[in-house]
Amino acid sequence: MQLEKFYYDNKIVKAFGYATVIFGIVGMLAGLWAAIQIYAPSASLHYAPTTFGRIRPVHTNAIIFAFVGNCIFTGVYYSLQRLCKTRMYSDTLSWIHFWGWQLIIASAAITLMLGFTTGKEYAELEWPIDIAITLVWVVFGINMFGTIIKRREKHLYVAIWFYIATWVTVAMLHIVNSFEIPVTLFKSYSWYAGVQDALVQWWYGHNAVAFFLTTPILGLMYYFLPKAANRPVYSYRLSIIHFWSLIFIYIWAGPHHLLYTALPDWAQSLGTVFSMMLIFPSWGGMLNGLFTLRGAWDKVREDPVLKFMVVAITCYGMATLEGPLLSLKNINAIAHFSDWIVAHVHVGGLGWNGFMAFAMLYYLVPKMWNTPLYSKKLATNHFWLGTIGIILYAVPLYWAGFTQSIMWKTFTPEGQLKFQFLETVTNIIPMYVSRSIGGGLYLIGALLMTYNLVKTIAKGKFVANEEAEAAPIVKEAHEHTRESWHRRIERKPVTLLVFSLIVVGIGGILEMVPTFLVKSNVPTIASVKPYTPLELHGRDIYVREGCYTCHSQMVRPFRDEVARYGEYSKAGEFVYDHPFQWGSKRTGPDLARVGGKYPDSWHYNHMDDPTSMSPGSVMPTYSWLLDDNLDTTTTGAKIRAMQKLGVPYPAGYDKIANTELSAQAASITESLKKDKIETPPNKEIIALIAYLQRIGKDIKLEQSKTQTAIK
Amino acid sequence: MKFIHYLEKISKVDIYALLSFGIFFLFFLAVLTWVFKSDKNRLIANSRIPLDDQEIQN
Repeated sequence: MQLEKFYYDNKIVKAFGYATVIFGIVGMLAGLWAAIQIYAPSASLHYAPTTFGRIRPVHTNAIIFAFVGNCIFTGVYYSLQRLCKTRMYSDTLSWIHFWGWQLIIASAAITLMLGFTTGKEYAELEWPIDIAITLVWVVFGINMFGTIIKRREKHLYVAIWFYIATWVTVAMLHIVNSFEIPVTLFKSYSWYAGVQDALVQWWYGHNAVAFFLTTPILGLMYYFLPKAANRPVYSYRLSIIHFWSLIFIYIWAGPHHLLYTALPDWAQSLGTVFSMMLIFPSWGGMLNGLFTLRGAWDKVREDPVLKFMVVAITCYGMATLEGPLLSLKNINAIAHFSDWIVAHVHVGGLGWNGFMAFAMLYYLVPKMWNTPLYSKKLATNHFWLGTIGIILYAVPLYWAGFTQSIMWKTFTPEGQLKFQFLETVTNIIPMYVSRSIGGGLYLIGALLMTYNLVKTIAKGKFVANEEAEAAPIVKEAHEHTRESWHRRIERKPVTLLVFSLIVVGIGGILEMVPTFLVKSNVPTIASVKPYTPLELHGRDIYVREGCYTCHSQMVRPFRDEVARYGEYSKAGEFVYDHPFQWGSKRTGPDLARVGGKYPDSWHYNHMDDPTSMSPGSVMPTYSWLLDDNLDTTTTGAKIRAMQKLGVPYPAGYDKIANTELSAQAASITESLKKDKIETPPNKEIIALIAYLQRIGKDIKLEQSKTQTAIK
Repeated sequence: MKFIHYLEKISKVDIYALLSFGIFFLFFLAVLTWVFKSDKNRLIANSRIPLDDQEIQN
């Protein structure tokens, strides 16, 4: 048969590879900075864009979408060409994809630091960027499917299935979770409210972990591990079972992020059951990876690429055993809202994603520059720094999470809470310090790698277009009659795409439809009223400053939480919350019942300098709120947007909203005056105080009413 | 307080959980059946796709 000659495009792989390294370091620096701020709040520089609530989203978005995102594209663009024995479908699309993605990253970094955020974790980017992501993702999809269609290899290797499932699921998750109504160019409100918003957000959030941080990386594992070890994967059968059961089960597991919250109980149970089932495909994949190295462990001793992969796959196994365990309600009751979760995430992030990325880069650079790695010894040092870094990062945080959670729940023999919230934080500060040392070591390791790669690149010669030969696919006359249904699916990428979409779609639909369609599913509480215009502005400031990165608004029905914060949270309290702000971590106390707990002046002073009100507090200062003027030009637009979303403001309310706003601001200024604080009523702090004083109060009104008139 | 439990309001909500599990179980059986019925030699050949362009040591 006539062999065809063609060239693999290495230039695009190089570009994505460089971006991976650069954004990896940027993302890690942001993470380290955020970690230091937790015990040294002045590291915020008392400057809004560099304060924890904004740096933390910069860190998470940079790591997920910039570092891991570029790592995925590096690996996909390299392996897809080789697995399909063809060049990418279109060089132009490749470069539109590359520059589009980097532009998104740059605008993400800028807008997040400026405080433009939707307030939904890992989906913080505002609507224009959301649209850009969709477009670039479509470009990537066309390029990928174009390549697959013009391939010279009949069978689609399992890695490609993982890429296809990734593409289709991420598209679905991103679109469904990003439904939002624009108010201004950089401000929008989530289409969903309260419980429904929470369900959609964590369906998205969990599956962002599944389909952005896991499945594409598994695809990379199924390609690069056999390459590096020079032997086929342990069991191809297992990889097929791994693939289908993983994508099917993962999509259901989201509600385990919302255990003991106001989410309907049946959805919580469904999340738990499917999370437990996830152990099997995850471990199937892990064992398939590790068994590939059977009889080749001597190579692991020698080869830095394999070293990184072994630890990465092991961390994948650890994290995917821990994940299901954390979704058991009794374990979740201790771990949730604590640093345990942060440790869990970083075993996955630093161990699985980071180490897979490093392994891939150590493999690719010598290959594409056609020269051995500059220094194996340096790579081994990187490996050890990284591994020790992960341990120093994770172990103290597990300790911290467990300790703090137990302290939260401790009562004295008299039945009082034993510890103030702040005591439980200051107690674990040494753990926070150790965590940042671990993270620092990991970062130094990444810098060593950068040096090593730069040196390798300097001595090698880049092969921009790698020559290859393969025979084209020849149509067989009887191929359709004898083959099984799956054989047909595997050959047809579009069918595979549709099947994957159906498989992941079933989970999403069965989970969400009941919560959406049945109106009574979110019971309304008569006393819960829409926010006043001033409170709405205050809430937007709360979102802008990323308060949800440290404070939850969800009192779980536990004795200690009810004793510490007040009545547990009900689904009906959140019906006007676009977006919901339940949070996922308590570095500070829960705020679901903070309304009316302190005088206005307390909040004023506390925002100016938190330690003045609670000595030893690790909260950063927010003094700019005292100086900056509230922008009331958007009030009308905000009210109209809320009306469109079904919030029952009376018709024409947008016209008089600012009058009401001024009246409420004046009354707060008045109350501050009584405590000898002089401030004009048009400052942002006034709006924030209005919001904070409102949170969770509706239901208190209801209770006092029912107490007076018991049925 | 006018707080109503969900399960009293969605009639037969358990059908969703049962249906979910049922669908998965059947799906899983189908994949298993297919995997174990498929031709071993072809699977071996497929698993070697990434290695096609290089010497295989063993």
